[in-house]
Amino acid sequence: MQSMRKILSSAWRALFGDPVRAFGVVSLGLLLALAIAPAKEHFSQWHSYQRHYLALIRDRGDAISLRRRFRPGIHQIWLPELGVVDRCTTCHLALNESSLADISQQPFRKHPAIPHSLDGFGCVICHGGQGAATTVAEAHHSERAGEDPILPARYIESGCGQCHQNALPGTPQLNLGRTMLTRYGCVHCHAITRPDGTKVEATDHPPSLVHIADKTTREWIYSWLKDPQAYAASTTMPNYKLSDADASDISAYLVSTSTPHAGDTAAAGVQPAANADPSAGPSLYGESFCASCHAVQNAAGNLVGGDVGPELTRIGNKAKPEWLAAWLQNPRVYDGTTPMPHYRFTPQQITTLVTFLQAKSDSDYGSGVHLDAASPQHIAHGRKLIVELGCTACHEINGVQKPENFAPELSTIGSKPLAQIVFLPGMEHSLPSYIVAKIRQPRAFGSSVKMPQFTLTASQTDALTTALLALTARGRSMPDNLRVAAIPETNYQPAGHAGKLITELACFSCHRINGRGGDMAPDLTWEGSSVQRQWLIDFLHNPNTLRPSLIRRMPRFNLSDNDNKELTDYILAVYQSPAIDADLAPAVPNPPAAVEHGRQLFYSKYACESCHIADTKNDKGYIGPTLTQVGSRLTPAWIYAWLKDPQALRPGTTEPNQNLSDDDAHALTAFLMSLRSSGGRGAKQ
Amino acid sequence: MKRRSTACLTFPFSAWVVLLPLAIPAGCKHSASSVPGLKATAAGTALVESSGGHQVGATGTALKDPLVVQVNDDQGTAVPGALVEFHGPAGVSFDPAEVLTDSSGQATTLVTLGTAAGRYQLSAVTPGKSKPAILETVETALGYQQRLGAILADKYCNRCHDPESSPERVSNYDNLEAKPHPFTEGGTLNKMSDADLTSIILHGGPALSRSALMPPYGNTISATDVRALIAYTRAVSDPPYQPAGTVYARK
Repeated sequence: MQSMRKILSSAWRALFGDPVRAFGVVSLGLLLALAIAPAKEHFSQWHSYQRHYLALIRDRGDAISLRRRFRPGIHQIWLPELGVVDRCTTCHLALNESSLADISQQPFRKHPAIPHSLDGFGCVICHGGQGAATTVAEAHHSERAGEDPILPARYIESGCGQCHQNALPGTPQLNLGRTMLTRYGCVHCHAITRPDGTKVEATDHPPSLVHIADKTTREWIYSWLKDPQAYAASTTMPNYKLSDADASDISAYLVSTSTPHAGDTAAAGVQPAANADPSAGPSLYGESFCASCHAVQNAAGNLVGGDVGPELTRIGNKAKPEWLAAWLQNPRVYDGTTPMPHYRFTPQQITTLVTFLQAKSDSDYGSGVHLDAASPQHIAHGRKLIVELGCTACHEINGVQKPENFAPELSTIGSKPLAQIVFLPGMEHSLPSYIVAKIRQPRAFGSSVKMPQFTLTASQTDALTTALLALTARGRSMPDNLRVAAIPETNYQPAGHAGKLITELACFSCHRINGRGGDMAPDLTWEGSSVQRQWLIDFLHNPNTLRPSLIRRMPRFNLSDNDNKELTDYILAVYQSPAIDADLAPAVPNPPAAVEHGRQLFYSKYACESCHIADTKNDKGYIGPTLTQVGSRLTPAWIYAWLKDPQALRPGTTEPNQNLSDDDAHALTAFLMSLRSSGGRGAKQ
Repeated sequence: MKRRSTACLTFPFSAWVVLLPLAIPAGCKHSASSVPGLKATAAGTALVESSGGHQVGATGTALKDPLVVQVNDDQGTAVPGALVEFHGPAGVSFDPAEVLTDSSGQATTLVTLGTAAGRYQLSAVTPGKSKPAILETVETALGYQQRLGAILADKYCNRCHDPESSPERVSNYDNLEAKPHPFTEGGTLNKMSDADLTSIILHGGPALSRSALMPPYGNTISATDVRALIAYTRAVSDPPYQPAGTVYARK
C-alpha cells in the first residue's frame, strides 16, 4: 500500500510536476481523445471492406473506371415512401458492376439480373435484415425485438409477392405457394385479405356431409378420419391425429345426423352386372376421359391422371354402389356445385362404370374396423369434437354452424414480430423457420393446437412458406402505384337454356370463358368467331382430338340433337370476337394459284410443318393442332386474324407471331381453307 | 517501471489460471461435436455415382432429387457400412454431410446449393482401405434470370429442342428434318455469340442461314425474355460456357 502510494506520487510528479510538462501531457491527452473518433471509423468493419474492395479492383483491367465509380464512406439508399433506409451498399460495393461478374467472394458479388433497379427499391424489401445497420452482425443476424435476421435465399420470391398479387412468370415457387393456400383449403380457417382489400378465396371443393350416410359407411368415415392419406395419397384433407374413440364418435355423429337425399336412391335398380364384358369398364372409363380429372395409382405406386376430382384408387372401399350409380346419372342432384359434368350416361353405361369402379378397392383397407353402436353420449361427444376441430369451416354438417374467424388471420403473417413468437427449444429464431415448423409439425407447438397435420413435400412447404412470407405489413403500406393487382376470376354466367347446359356439362371445369374457368382446355371466349357450324355440331356429338399428343381430352357427353343445336347456336352467336373482320379474309373457294402459293409458303418460307400436320403422309409436326381438315373446322376470317397475330386472339399461345404480310396471310389462309375433310383437295398431290 | 513490467508478466498467468478450467470442457465439447457418431464397419475402394448428379436447381434451394453414390470394393460389389463424406464449395450444404452406406452400399444426401448462380463442383470421399476414393460431380444453380429462361424454354423451345419425351409431353425432336440443338449442347452453342443467338431467336433460322423450321419469336417474346433464354442456355451448356474476349487482369 505504502509503495503503491509512492509510485503514484512519483508518477504524478513525473507527468505534471513542471507546468510546461503538464501542458504537454494534457495536450497529448487531448490529441489522443480527438483521435478516437477517426480511429473508430478507420477500424470499423465497413471501412475494412471498402479497403478490401479497393485492393480487389486494383489489378483489374478496368481499375480506373471502377475506382472512379467507387465512393468512400457510408452509402445509403433512402426511399421515404417505401420506408427504406438501406446502407447495405456500403459494403456490397459491386452490386451494379457488370465487369465484376466473375467475383464470387462476398460482399463484392454482382447482383444477379432482376427486373428492378436496386436503387429504386433498396435491399431489405426483398432480402430482409436491418438496412440501417453498418455492421454485418447487426444487418444480417439481429433478432432483437422488431428486427429480423436476413431472409434465406430460398424464400426470396416472397419479396416479389408483396407488390405483385398476380402470378408472375419468373416466380414459380410463389405461384405454387399461393395456389396451395387456396387449394389446400388454408383460407377456410385462416382469413387472408390482400393489400387491396380483396379476400383470398378457396378453390378446393370440400364435399358437403349432410347426406354422407347415403354415400358411404361409418366404418369408412372412421378409417378416413384416422388417416386420409392411407385412403388416397393425393388428398388435401389433413390428418387430425384423432384417437380411435374420437374418430369413432365423429363418425357416429356424421352418420346419425345425415339426412337421406331423395336423388340418391333414384338409380337403386342398378345392379352390378355379373356377366358383363370385363373390358367394357376400362374402355368406357378411358373413352369418357375420367383420367383427365381423376387419378388412380398404378402398379408402380405412381398417380396417373388429373387432380381436379378425387383420387379413385380405392373408390370401391368408399362409395356405396347405389350412390355411385345415382352420382354417375347426374352428379348435380347430390352436389349442385360439383366440377363434375353431367355425362348423360345410359343405364347400361352406368352399370358398367359402377361395376368397374366398385372393383377398385383394397381388401386390406379398413378390414380391421369394427365399430360398436354409438350411444347418445358418444354422438354428443362427436359433435363437440366437430365444433372444436372446426370441421364445418370446410364441410357442411347438419346441426353445426360454420365458425367465423376460426383460426388466426394471416394477412400480415410475413411481418409477425419475433418478440410475439414462442419458439420451440433448439429452433432457429427466425420467422421462416417458425412458419416451416408450424406447417410441418403444428402439434409440436402444444397439445391444445388444433391445426391438423398436412402431408407436404419439402418443396411444397417452402412454396407455402414463401407465399406466407409475402404477406407483409410493408406490402399493405406500399404506394398504390407499385401494387399489381391479382386478376380475379369473373362470375360470368351464360344465360338461357345454353347457359344451363354449360353449367350441367361443367364446361368451366376445363375451359375458360370471359375470364372464368379452368386452364386444362382452350379458352372459348371467341369460339364463335373461330369455328364452323357443322364442325361444332359434329364435335359436340363426338369430340375427336385435334392434338394427338395430348392425354387429356374432351369427353363425349351424349347430348340430344336438340341440346346440341342449342349449344352450337349459342356459342356461334355469343362467343364472337369484335376483332375478327369477315371481310378481310379471302372468299371461298379460292383460286388454285393462291392455294398453291400458300402451300409453298407453308412448306418453304414459314416451315409450318415443324409444328403442324397438313398432310398425314409427309408431315410429322406434333406441337400444334393437326390441320388436315382445318378448312372444314375454322372460319377463313379466324385463320387470317390468327396468322396475323395469334397472341391477340389467345394471349400466351405458343405459336409465334411471324409478322406476316397481308398477301402471305391471304395465301396461307387460302391454302389452309383448301384442306377439307371431304374431297381431299388439300393434301399434297 | 520495473514493477509494471512484472505486472504485465503476471497478468497472462492469472488469466490462464482463470481461463484454463473454462477452456478444457469447451475444448472437449468442441472436439466431441466435430467427430460424429458414425463408425465405418467396412471400407470400399471405389465410388460410383448412382443418381442425383448433373441436376439443375434454383439458387439457395434444395435439389429435387438426393445425391446417391455407391461404394464398391475391388470386385465391383457394393460395400455396406462404409463412411462417405460429401464436400462442396462454400454455401453448399449437405443433409447429412457424412453418412454410412446402407445395405445396398449406397450413401444418400440431400444437397442445398449456394446463393450464387453457376456450377457447383461437389465431391464424395470414402476413406478406402489404403487411400481415399473420390468421386466428383457437378450441379447447376440457376439465378432469377436463368430460371425465367428455363420457364420460357419450357414453354416455347423444349418441345423441339429437348429430345426427351414423356407420355405427358411428347417431344417433337424426332419429327424434324433439321435437328435442333439441345440447350445443353455446349460444343455447338458455346461457339455462337450472344448476338447470333439473339438474332436466331428474334428472326428464326434463316437469319443465320439455318433451317426455317426454327420460327422467329421477335414479335412474340420480349427482349428481356430473349436475354433470359440466352442466360439459361449458357448456364446449362456442357461443356461449360466461357465468355471469350474479356480480359480482367492487367498483370
